[in-house]
Amino acid sequence: MKKLSARRRHPLAAVVVLLFALAVTGGLYAAFAPADTAKADDTAQSLAIEEGKKLYSVGCASCHGTGGQGTSDGPSLVGVGSAAVDFQVATGRMPLQQQGAQAPRKKAIYSQAEIDQLAAYIASLGAGPSVPEKSQYSPDGADIAKGGELFRTNCAQCHNFTGKGGALSNGKYAPSLEDVNPKHIYEAMQTGPQNMPSFPDTTMSQKNKKDIIAYLDTVNSSKSESPGGLELGGLGPVSEGLFAWIFGLGALIAVAIWVAAHTAKAKKS
Amino acid sequence: MSTAADNRRKAPAGERVADWADGRLGIYSLAKANMRKIFPDHWSFMLGEVCLYSFVIIIMTGVYLTLFFHPSMTEVTYHGSYVPLQGMKMSEAFASTMHISFDVRGGLLIRQIHHWAALIFVAAMLVHMMRVFFTGAFRKPREVNWLFGFLLLVLGMFTGFTGYSLPDDLLSGTGVRFMEGAILSIPIIGTYVSMFLFGGEFPGADFVPRFFSIHVLLLPGIMLGLLVAHLILVFYHKHTQFPGPGRTNKNVVGMPLLPVYMAKAGGFFFLVFGLIAALAGLASINPIWAMGPYRPDQVSTGAQPDWYMGFSEGLIRVMPGWEINVAGHTLVLGVLIPLIIFPLVLAAIAVYPFIESWVTGDKREHHLLDRPRNAPTRTAFGVAWLTWYLVLLVGGGNDLWATHFHLSINTITWFVRIAFFVGPVVAFVATRRICLGLQRRDKDKVLHGRESGIIKRLPHGEFVEVHEPLSQEQLHTLTAHEQPKPLELEPEVDENGVARKAGAGQRLRVKLSKGFYGEGTHIPKATAEEYQEITSGHGHH
Amino acid sequence: MSSQDIPEETLPSKQGEHEGAVAAAGDPFADPGIPPHEPRIQDIDERAARRSERVVAFLFVLSMLATVGFIAAYVSLPVDKNIFVFPIGHISALNFSLGLTLGVALFCIGAGAVHWARTLMSDVEVADDRHPIEAAPEVKAKVMADFAAGAEESGFGRRKLIRNTMFGALALVPLSGVVLLRDLGPLPGTKLRKTAWSEGKMLINQNTQLPLRPEDIQVGSLTFAMPEGLKEEDEDFQKQIAKAALMIVRLRPENIKDKRELDWSADGIVAFSKICTHVGCPISLYEQQTHHVLCPCHQSTFDLSDGGRVIFGPAGHALPQLRIKVNDKGYLEAMGDFAEPVGPAFWERG
Repeated sequence: MKKLSARRRHPLAAVVVLLFALAVTGGLYAAFAPADTAKADDTAQSLAIEEGKKLYSVGCASCHGTGGQGTSDGPSLVGVGSAAVDFQVATGRMPLQQQGAQAPRKKAIYSQAEIDQLAAYIASLGAGPSVPEKSQYSPDGADIAKGGELFRTNCAQCHNFTGKGGALSNGKYAPSLEDVNPKHIYEAMQTGPQNMPSFPDTTMSQKNKKDIIAYLDTVNSSKSESPGGLELGGLGPVSEGLFAWIFGLGALIAVAIWVAAHTAKAKKS
Repeated sequence: MSTAADNRRKAPAGERVADWADGRLGIYSLAKANMRKIFPDHWSFMLGEVCLYSFVIIIMTGVYLTLFFHPSMTEVTYHGSYVPLQGMKMSEAFASTMHISFDVRGGLLIRQIHHWAALIFVAAMLVHMMRVFFTGAFRKPREVNWLFGFLLLVLGMFTGFTGYSLPDDLLSGTGVRFMEGAILSIPIIGTYVSMFLFGGEFPGADFVPRFFSIHVLLLPGIMLGLLVAHLILVFYHKHTQFPGPGRTNKNVVGMPLLPVYMAKAGGFFFLVFGLIAALAGLASINPIWAMGPYRPDQVSTGAQPDWYMGFSEGLIRVMPGWEINVAGHTLVLGVLIPLIIFPLVLAAIAVYPFIESWVTGDKREHHLLDRPRNAPTRTAFGVAWLTWYLVLLVGGGNDLWATHFHLSINTITWFVRIAFFVGPVVAFVATRRICLGLQRRDKDKVLHGRESGIIKRLPHGEFVEVHEPLSQEQLHTLTAHEQPKPLELEPEVDENGVARKAGAGQRLRVKLSKGFYGEGTHIPKATAEEYQEITSGHGHH
Repeated sequence: MSSQDIPEETLPSKQGEHEGAVAAAGDPFADPGIPPHEPRIQDIDERAARRSERVVAFLFVLSMLATVGFIAAYVSLPVDKNIFVFPIGHISALNFSLGLTLGVALFCIGAGAVHWARTLMSDVEVADDRHPIEAAPEVKAKVMADFAAGAEESGFGRRKLIRNTMFGALALVPLSGVVLLRDLGPLPGTKLRKTAWSEGKMLINQNTQLPLRPEDIQVGSLTFAMPEGLKEEDEDFQKQIAKAALMIVRLRPENIKDKRELDWSADGIVAFSKICTHVGCPISLYEQQTHHVLCPCHQSTFDLSDGGRVIFGPAGHALPQLRIKVNDKGYLEAMGDFAEPVGPAFWERG
C-alpha cells in the first residue's frame, strides 16, 4: 500500500489512470457492444487476463505459485490451458479445501465470468487446450452407438458401463458422470484432470468426443431410461444381490411368517 | 362331502377316475399314507419351499426364454429397437437377448423374473441350509438329505454362473474370461482343459452353445433328480419339529396335508411367484443393453459375478500374486490357491454333520430340533463359517465398498486378508459365550420364573421385581434339550489286566469331544431337584 | 459311546415314564402333552367366518381382475413405450404393468388360499407317530439271506474268470466316451505364446483406426491400439484382440525407472499389453500422475514407469511390453511380437 501511495505522486500517474479508465471503458464497450472487432477482443482479453491474475493471486497462488510455476502443494499451471481451468474451477474441484487422495467435486465458488478471467490468465502463461465451443460438445447429430463403443474402450474401465464411477487405488476414484455438463466432460477428456489420463484430439478426435458425450447424455442423465425398472445404482450384480436378499428373500420370509403363524384365538382377542 | 343319498347311486365321476387310476397306479395306498400326512408349522420350515418354488419358476420362465434365445456366437449387426446399440457388431446370443428384452412383449418381464428368481433361489437355499444347520436338523437319519441339499446349492451356483454367461454381454464375458484364466492356472492340464472347453483360444465361437446345453440340460437335469430325491426323503423321514408340549422324538405334531397344508403350501407357491413377478416389474436386473456386447479388450469397473459367486471373487481378489517358475514351468499359486480354497469353503460346512456325529458317537435318530443356543459349539462353528463367507463377500465387492464408504481399496483388501484368518476365530469365541449367556438366562427363567416388570416393595423396604412362574408347557420346552457328556478314553488296562492303548484317532476324538461338550461348553440345565428346592423354599414372589 | 451316557430321562419320549425320586411331586418339567385346542373367532362366530369367506372371495376376484388387466396391458401397450413412474424413473410401461398385474394375480390366489387355510380350515393340531427308519432285525436277516442266495446262484464268487473279465470290460468301456471328447478343441501348441503383432506392424489407434505417430501421443494421455491389418470384421477378431490389445502412454524419459523399458520405448512412448497377467481382464485404469495402472476385476496394480512391475494385488508377473520404434514414414511400429506370452500365466509358460 505504501508503494502505491508513493507512486500516486508520480508524474505519469495521471497517464496510467487515464489509460486504465480507457481500458475499463473499452472493456465495458467490448462486453456490451455487438460488434466484435479483433482490436476490442484483444483489449478485452488483456483485461480479462489482468482480472484473472488478481483472482489468481488471491485464490490460487498459495499452492500453484505466484506465476503459476507450481509449488510442493500444487502442480505447475503453465501450459495446462483454459480448458483445464474451466473444468477444475467450474466443477468446484479447485480451489482445494484440503489435501487428500484427490480433489472432490463441489459447488463452484467462482462465477462463470470470474472463471473465464482465471482461464484467460492461465492460458496466457503457456499454450494449452482451450475451452471448447458449444458446437464441439453438443450431443446433437452425434453417433450414440459409436459413442457407446468408444466409451467402453476408453472410459468404462474407470467410470463403469454407464458412467456411474468406480474405485481407483489408495482411495482415489473415478467420479460418477451423471448429469455432468457436457462441456466439462469434453474438457476432462482434453486435459486429463488429476489422475485421469488425457485423450487429446490427436488420439481421440473431436467427433469421437462428441459421440461419447452423446452416449452419456442418453444413458446417464436424469432423463435416461431404465426399461427394466429401478436401476439400483447401475452398479451391477452387487447391488442386485443386495436387493434380492433384502427385498426378495426378505419379503418372502415376511410372507412365510404370516403363512406359518397361528391364527388369533378367540379367547385372547 | 356327499350325502348318504348320493352314495347309494352310481359312484360320482371323480371317484370313477380315481378307481381307474388306482387299478393302474395304486394311488389309494399312496394317498392313505400321505393324504393326511402331518406337517409342523414354523416359518423357517418354509424356506425350503421358497427354494422349491423359485426353482419351478426358473424352469417355467427358462423354457419360455429358450423359445427366443439363440445360443450362437455368430457375429451379427444389431438392428433392433434399442438406439444406443444400433449398428453394433455382436454375437447372435447377445442380439437375441436384446430381442427378448426390447421386441418380445413381456420378454423383458420373463427375463427379469428368471434372473431375480435365480438370485432368490440360491439365497433361499443358503438360508434354508443355515436353518437346517443351526437347528441340528441334519442329524441322523437326515445326513444323506443334507448332502443332497448341499449338492443342489453347489449345482445351483454353477447353473447360475453358466446362465449369467449366456447373453455374451461385456460383464458376463469378463466373468468367463476370469474362468479361462483360472482354468489356465491348473498345473499340467490347464491349457488343454481351456482349449477343449472353449474349442480353441478364448473366446472362440463355442462357449455360448456349450454353456447353453450345460445350463438348460445337464445341470438342471441333475438338479431335478436331486430335488425329487430330496423331497421323497423329506416325506419319508417326516418333518422335524421344535421341542414343545406334546412334541416328542417319536411323533410329529402339526396339521394335515389335506386340506391345511395343501392350501398353505400351494398358496405359498403363488405368493412366491407373485412377489417375484412384482419384483421383476419394479426393479431392473442385468441390463445387458447398458453393458454392451462382449469384446475381450473392453471392460467396466465394478465387474462382479452374481452374488453367490461373490465369495470366490473375494478369494481371488485378496490373494497375493504368488507365482513360482521352476524348470520351465509355471505354478500360478496366485490363482490356483483361491481355486482350491473355493470348494474347501463350501466343503467346510458340508462335512460338519459327519464330524459332529463322529465326535458325539451318537447313533440315535433325532427328530426334535435343537435351539441354536443349546448346541453352542455347533452354533459357534456355523457363525464362524458365516463370518468367513461374509468377509469374502466384502472382499468380492471391495471396489464398491471403497467408493461408497470413501475407503481405500488397498486398505479393504488388507482388512479382508487379515479377517480371513482372524474373523472366524473371533466369531467362534464370541458366539459360544453368547450361547452360554442365553443358556444361563433360560435356566434362571426356569428356576425363578419370568420377569414380569412389576416392582414390589417388601415390608422391610426392599424392592424386588415380581417373577411369574412359568407354565408347565414352558418349563418343559425350556428343559427338553439334551446336554451330551464328552467321551472318555477307556482305561488303558481293561478289567482283565490286558493293556489296551487307544489309537491316535480315538484320542483325537476324545479331545474333540471334550472341546464340544466338556467343561465350560454349557450351563448345566435346571434339574427337577433345584426347581423344587427353590419353589418350595421361597415360594413365589 | 456317549449315547449310552446320556441320562435316559432327558429324552423327551422317556419323560413320561420317569417316575423316580421326585415322583411324589411329579416331574415339574414333564411333558404336559399337546395343549387343548382353543377355538378361533371364526370357529365360534359364524359372522366372523362369513367375513373371512368374503375376504378370501375378494382376493380371488382381485386376482381375476389383475389377470384381465395383464391381458389388457399386453394388448394395448406398445413394447417400446417408456413412462416416468415416481420414484422409479423412466421405465418400460409394458414391463411395469405386466409385472404388477401378474404379481397381483398370483399373489392374491396365494393370499386367498392361505387366508382360507388359516381362518376357515381346521387348526386342530394332530400328532402322527414316527417309526424308526431302520428295518427290524428280521427284515434285515431276510434281506441278507436273499442276497446271499442270489449271489450264490449267480456264481459270482466262484467263477472268478467271469467276474474279472466283466470288471475289465466295464472299466474299459468308458474310455470310448473320454476319447470322444478329444475333438472339443485343438491342442494348445504355441497358440498362447503368439499374438497378431510382428515386426513392422504399425500401431493403429482404436478410436480413429489410423496409424499412430509419436507426436499424437502426449505425456499423460492414454491410447489403445491394435496391430495393423486386424479388422473388426475378421472372423477371428475377438480371438486376436484378446491377446493383441495394446495400451500406449508417454512418459518423460527421466521418469522411466526400468532400463529395458526405456530401451523398448520410442521417445518415451511405451506400449504395454492391455491384458492383465492375472486372469486376463483388459486392464487399463491408468493413473497418469502415479503411472500406475489398475485392473478393474481384481485390483492388480502395475507400475508403467518401472517395467510394468506388479505393485499390488493378485497378479504374479509384470505386464509384457511391446518393443516399438518410429519408422521411416514417421509412424509407430512394432519391432516384433511380445517377448513373452501375454495374459494369464499357465503351466507351460515358464
